[in-house]
Amino acid sequence: MDCTCQTVNSDLSLLEPVLREYAEVPGSLITILQHAQETYGYLPIDVIYHVAARTGSTPAKVLGVATFYTQFRLKPVGKYLIMLCQGTACHVNGSQKIEKTIQEELGISDGETTPDGLFTLKNVACLGCCSLSPVMMINGETYGTLTPSKTLEILRGLKKEVEKA
Amino acid sequence: MKIVIGEGSCGIAAGAAKVYSALQSRITAQDEITLGVTGCIGMCYLEPIVDLYYEDGKLAHRLVRVSPSDADAILDAVRAGDASGIEKLIITKADEGFLSQQTRIVLRHCGVIDPTSIDAYLVEDGYKAVEKVFATMTPEQVIEEIKVSGLAGRGGAGFPTWFKWNAARSAKGETKYLICNADEGDPGAFMDRAVIESDPHSLIEGMLIGAYAIGAHEAVVYVRAEYPLAIVRLEEAFRQARARGYIGKNILGSGFDCEFRIKAGAGAFVCGEETALIESLEGKRGMPRLKPPFPANCGYNQLPSNINNVETFANVAWIILNGGAAYAKMGTENSKGTKVFALTGKINRGGLVEIPMGKTLREVIFDIGGGIRDGKQFKAVQMGGPSGGCIPASLLDTVIDYKALGATGAIMGSGGMVVMDETTCMVGMARFFLDFTTKESCGKCVHCRLGTKRLFEILTRIVEGEGKPGDIALLEELCTTVKDAALCGLGQTAPNPVLTTIRYFRDEYEAHIAGRCPAGECNALVRYDIVEDKCKGCTACVRVCPVKAITGAIKQPHSIDQNLCIKCGSCLTACKFDAVVKA
Repeated sequence: MDCTCQTVNSDLSLLEPVLREYAEVPGSLITILQHAQETYGYLPIDVIYHVAARTGSTPAKVLGVATFYTQFRLKPVGKYLIMLCQGTACHVNGSQKIEKTIQEELGISDGETTPDGLFTLKNVACLGCCSLSPVMMINGETYGTLTPSKTLEILRGLKKEVEKA
Repeated sequence: MKIVIGEGSCGIAAGAAKVYSALQSRITAQDEITLGVTGCIGMCYLEPIVDLYYEDGKLAHRLVRVSPSDADAILDAVRAGDASGIEKLIITKADEGFLSQQTRIVLRHCGVIDPTSIDAYLVEDGYKAVEKVFATMTPEQVIEEIKVSGLAGRGGAGFPTWFKWNAARSAKGETKYLICNADEGDPGAFMDRAVIESDPHSLIEGMLIGAYAIGAHEAVVYVRAEYPLAIVRLEEAFRQARARGYIGKNILGSGFDCEFRIKAGAGAFVCGEETALIESLEGKRGMPRLKPPFPANCGYNQLPSNINNVETFANVAWIILNGGAAYAKMGTENSKGTKVFALTGKINRGGLVEIPMGKTLREVIFDIGGGIRDGKQFKAVQMGGPSGGCIPASLLDTVIDYKALGATGAIMGSGGMVVMDETTCMVGMARFFLDFTTKESCGKCVHCRLGTKRLFEILTRIVEGEGKPGDIALLEELCTTVKDAALCGLGQTAPNPVLTTIRYFRDEYEAHIAGRCPAGECNALVRYDIVEDKCKGCTACVRVCPVKAITGAIKQPHSIDQNLCIKCGSCLTACKFDAVVKA
């Protein structure tokens, strides 16, 4: 990974209320990182250093936790976060085809963001809507019983919405 | 009249919230209609579901696959007291069978009560079991009652619940913890989410009884972060239970204190393993510990802890109220009570199914689930997720109990039941699970970290048409090593999907190595051709081919350039004359 600590300059004061509440409470690292991600949209490297300093931990330890859990991101996400379900039922009902369709339409694979910052694709384990499989969730909205053409329609619809705005 | 909409996560995903808004905006002050919500009814394939109740609380009609555009018709019918205008929405007799063939204990309130209201729970004998326990039972008697019931851990391993409770009770130390594992990570299982979203107080009540039995004054629910609605509903339930004196100090005047809190997980399958879950609760990477010491003696914060799964706790209040013997009456010799399954995949009626142990797989899949979709053939059912295995058609009469399922090479697991038809490639299925376990392996022990990766690589090679003779034996050898040597349950069970598919579908592995995918799913091993005699030269396939691999003049037979073809299958779908064939 390229060193980015020189290039980000996050407003660390935003995290102060959370740190005041949790920094001294043992076992709160995951909770702090969850709040930090909510605040910044991802975990910027300077925030990781800051959390380490404030909790009396090391940056390596904090980064270790941040990279262990799938919920945490070290890079910003696009305007639309596509969470594509890769659960068993979705697999059986053709989620690979949906993934291929998204990859071809947007030119990104799992974990990547389009250069225009519009879409991020993330494969997730199971969204738990197995009877609607294959399923994807975009910014909290669930789209079920997907086919390649339905997927294209949804993605192109979102693109149009942005162009209009 | 009361209109109730099923708003579990999958109901909402199917559009239940939009149906609710459509109805709400059309109900006027003159209407004597109340609008309410309930949790997950478990008939996922019929969502969104709207129930119409008479004033006396009796169900008048259950409407299925409702869309917001049906709102006017529904309200007209309710106002007129005449359902003839909404007949097409009323559930069919056959679909009613999905529920009527079940025995619901864990799901007894799901889709019946309003999960956001403690009063709705109290009406259904809610918190009566806690009252009974505090008034008439010692902790030892509670443990004895659970022992009589035969209740076993519903998270997968099936360990006797009373034994764990007793060990935690007997452990030395003043401070003990009760932990609920709601980190439902098995892709394809969602019964724990349904219970929390639809009946959160039954979880609290079960945990409260467990806390009393082991002597814990702090209870933690570790919930998957991917379940935001479950977290919201549980927090609300905590708030209401605290306000009524069911959580906190001196509960119901018993002198017993217990505080509850939620810990949101951050996404790691291995955290379903109890010692990994404890590490995660402590804010660390969720990597399993060596056992012993067991959590009962040395768990969270190095103190005695007891961990049970959501479904296990959801049984407890029922057992206390109805007696352990009544629970033990259901089931088989070695597996008592009921089990909830999430029936999904290529099935006609998918959803949550709760049945007494001892029914056969065939009864669940064909009688309750209505068999295979689109008239296809049943091929296998996957049970137990990434730790489980695939059970073939020849074993459909296997009874559902821990021992019988274990004998097939699969496991009961948390209750995921994914049904597959002839179009599902079994080697691909094994590869799918190993892809999952490779990513979810925590990396602590070598056998799991590298073993799953190598298994995945060999399986990838096979589905990509580069399998070699001897690969099957190599897979088997590696599977045995990983099973024997891995540190925790994740690694020890990760080879199960490979071993069971080799055991029951060895011919598919052999076919792949010989260059053919019988299910026609592995792209590298299929090819598309145009049958000259059938091709009318309509150019439909030419127009849909994304890589221009099809050539031919109009009204002349076309052909596919195999070097250009990316095997997307678009031509097959586009052809109206069955001229494109897949082999």
